[in-house]
Amino acid sequence: MASAGTEINITPQIAAEHGLTAGEFARIQKILGRDPNITELGIFSVMWSEHCSYKSSRVHLKRLPTRGTHVVQGPGENAGVVDIGDGLVAVFKIESHNHPSFVEPFQGAATGVGGILRDIFTMGARPIAVLDSLRFGPITPGAAAGNATPEEIARNRRIADGVVRGIGFYGNCFGVPTVGGEVVFEPCYSNNPLVNALALGIARKEELFFARARGEGNPVIYVGAKTGRDGIHGASLLASAEFSEESQQKRPNVQVGDPFMEKLLLEACLEAMRTGAIVAIQDMGAAGLASSSSEMASRGGMGIEMDLDRVPQRETGMTAYEMMLSESQERMLLVADRGRERQVFDVFHKWGLDAVEIGRVTTDGKLRLLHHGKVAAEIPAHALAEEGPRYERPIAKPSSADLERSAAFRVKPIEFAPAGSDLTPNFRKLLASPTIASKSWITEQYDSMVRTNTRVGPGAGDAAVLRLKESRRALAIKTDGNGRWSWISPRLGAMHAVAEAARNVACTGARPIAATNCLNFGNPEKPEVMWQFTEAIDGIAEACRALETPITGGNVSFYNGTLGNPIYPTPILGVLGLIEDADCALGSGFRNEGDLILLLDANPAAASAGHERAEFSSSEYAKTIHGIVAGAPPAIDLNAEKNLITCLVELAAGKAIVSAHDLSDGGLAVALAECCFDSADDSGACLSAEVEMSRQEAPAEATLFGERGARAIVSLPAASLARAMAIAAKYSCSVQRIGTVIRGAFRIQYNGTSAILGEVSSLREIWSETLAKALESA
Amino acid sequence: MKFGVVQFPGSNCDDDAYHAVGSVIGQPVDFIWHQSENLSGYDAILVPGGFSYGDYLRTGAIARFSPVMRSLDRFAKSGGLVLGICNGFQILLEAGLLPGAMLRNQGLRFLCRQVHIRVENTDTPFTCAARPGQILKVPIAHMEGNYFCDPETLAALERNQQILFRYARPDGSIAPDDRESNPNGSLAAIAGICNRERNVAGLMPHPERAAESALSSADGLVILRSMAESLARREPARVSA
Repeated sequence: MASAGTEINITPQIAAEHGLTAGEFARIQKILGRDPNITELGIFSVMWSEHCSYKSSRVHLKRLPTRGTHVVQGPGENAGVVDIGDGLVAVFKIESHNHPSFVEPFQGAATGVGGILRDIFTMGARPIAVLDSLRFGPITPGAAAGNATPEEIARNRRIADGVVRGIGFYGNCFGVPTVGGEVVFEPCYSNNPLVNALALGIARKEELFFARARGEGNPVIYVGAKTGRDGIHGASLLASAEFSEESQQKRPNVQVGDPFMEKLLLEACLEAMRTGAIVAIQDMGAAGLASSSSEMASRGGMGIEMDLDRVPQRETGMTAYEMMLSESQERMLLVADRGRERQVFDVFHKWGLDAVEIGRVTTDGKLRLLHHGKVAAEIPAHALAEEGPRYERPIAKPSSADLERSAAFRVKPIEFAPAGSDLTPNFRKLLASPTIASKSWITEQYDSMVRTNTRVGPGAGDAAVLRLKESRRALAIKTDGNGRWSWISPRLGAMHAVAEAARNVACTGARPIAATNCLNFGNPEKPEVMWQFTEAIDGIAEACRALETPITGGNVSFYNGTLGNPIYPTPILGVLGLIEDADCALGSGFRNEGDLILLLDANPAAASAGHERAEFSSSEYAKTIHGIVAGAPPAIDLNAEKNLITCLVELAAGKAIVSAHDLSDGGLAVALAECCFDSADDSGACLSAEVEMSRQEAPAEATLFGERGARAIVSLPAASLARAMAIAAKYSCSVQRIGTVIRGAFRIQYNGTSAILGEVSSLREIWSETLAKALESA
Repeated sequence: MKFGVVQFPGSNCDDDAYHAVGSVIGQPVDFIWHQSENLSGYDAILVPGGFSYGDYLRTGAIARFSPVMRSLDRFAKSGGLVLGICNGFQILLEAGLLPGAMLRNQGLRFLCRQVHIRVENTDTPFTCAARPGQILKVPIAHMEGNYFCDPETLAALERNQQILFRYARPDGSIAPDDRESNPNGSLAAIAGICNRERNVAGLMPHPERAAESALSSADGLVILRSMAESLARREPARVSA
């Protein structure tokens, strides 16, 4: 099907091979008033694919809040834009590259990073940070790994290794710091890893660029890498269908990345934009030339005519079909002011890049393609970009084993260890579990410092903090998402994703101002998956409203699953925060021996309501220690989350605390250990903690490892205690003074007996070694 | 006194070097395009980090043939100060301005982390502001930083005190076989060297990333300050190239 002449008679069968339904094919015939030729069919098939058209999700995405005081540009452009003061805007977006990364981990991940970077600089912003949200299958054996086979583990290791190398390969060469993200390992991702890449850029507000073609007769200019046959149908076949046994054969559909070319393209684009000769610009991502041309024309209410003979080509004899559908990387399409195109060419030639006028803007609203002197395709641009099918897919709450399992669990809860038990062995096991273990083996393979703005880098804080050389302010950014919780309760899981990302951002002292989301789900043609999706949307909408973090853009990735086994529904949220004074940015590690350790809890009522016991079975501890995934995620109180966030921001701005770390995977005990580990000095020696909690009614495990939200650990010198207490009281945050930062053994006393005790250096070693041991020789 | 920062296609630490010289130590600085054949008017040239020409073949292998390298060679021969950082060091090695070569890191992976280096010789324009044996905390970020040379070259480097920096433990001890302190496996834990004439130097760690304490270390500044101080002593005898 890949290459075909225009003489082929288009049958419904050929349309079906392109992933188009009979109804969609009929619609195409109606729009054109005739049968499409093969080129037109190909263009429709990619533009109307799930990946490009959002046909299953659009009706639901409308429910997300997209407006707010900071929002300059919401969803609909290449990336979201928010005002960060001083005449600057932050441009950011997250996007998935899941299927390519399974088929070819290195190139799939690399081009995922490349694609999201182009989305940022096509708007005139210079990328200043990348984060990656990664989900892999188990890389260590055991019950918590769903008893994965050795072959499965070996393959997961290869995938994780390839993805990490690919991300590093692209970002390191391009020159953008990869500053964070998260990595989670769960059995459900064995046959469908998730690779979501988020990029953040900065621009002056008045220098933003948009992808709206204007001006009849203006030249349409192709810049960047030449077009080859790679990636044809990446969007429609790879990203818009589930995997089967034959998925490995789709390797030719994965694109190949050239970060050096992208670096040149970045510099040339930003320099060309400064000439003032560029009217509109869009990158060629999914569906390449087809999407960039039709979307720019459609957004500007214009048409575009292109002569494909002039497209720079890497291979000979390419058909119109192949050129329009190629997903060769590192290419851009732009519209220049007629008469000033020379200025544009000069800049691109200076950087050694192709820049060729391949067409012009017209007023007839059509995408018209000429090839070998003949019209190869003529389609209303608006029909391609905006009139794709929109489905209200059937929705059904699952009556499946999933829900039964969680219900069954509630009848027979986890047997907690008797009071006074030594929990140290379980604690050590938890620290060594891949999801909780240190990610430094991964993050050290990324250049996290280039551009010298990284104030809080990987492993140093709850979110990455980037200073702005042009301003006193700094930006904090973090991604989060808990697939396990979203599987048990999609709505609650999605709300937690928003809350956790926002809380992490606030722990660095930043006020959350906007969000981006990447919605990773299974097959939308299954009513249960659509139920998960709509529930998650409603959860995100509610949480983003409450936390005042409007969604400015993002991406939906359906069809995540292989052989009918879907992944956990995994909404990933990226939250951006603003710090008024970069010098107030906080890390997560303890700072000084003798400082007090406080537990801030904005929802103390939840502690006494017995929730912890009921919610415990959905925790990382329950999974790792007992092999149980069930129950309900912790209840969420968005008002409490908002209070905690505001409280943390004020504590940081007033320099009342010196570190802050939220409670998440592994609960209080793991969070305390991380505060110690993150304090490591140059010689690797780290501070420790002596913590005592008494008169607690809940079992020790529930208190120490429960994962209820709206809580954070902060440390401060005793002299600041009164000031911190006053601020916390303003926001109804309870303050529990639980211990002291010390040097020596890490110790948690619970109701008078020792619950956890270990040398901090040996605990850190367990936590540090897991990933290297599993992945070093992958 | 004037600094120049070379820009090759694919340089990506050029802005950082420019910022450290211009904004942090406050010296005049220009970018120099890779096709420039004229370096007159400059006193010190920084060859910054990055992936010149993509470095797909071998680090620095293409960059050494660019026009600016011909003028850099003349500039160096007439006594101008040249400092290569990371990819800049690799390029100076390829160009023969410094002896030796870079192998892939021992672990065959890209490594970005803070390391410690010990100043081995303070009698050079790149280290004159440092204390003998001073320990600097400066980050590395590279895939090919495993310095290597033949025994004769190593002996000559030692004899002529051309080794400027070695990877060290935080306490200053040197352990070439210790992956923790010498993470890329460099021969004799060499992190930076200079030529016999002491006016061309290269190092793998990034002093321009350790120029502000807000970014976790300002130890790298001593290298840039050394250059500025030694140039200040030289003036007004400006090099011509």
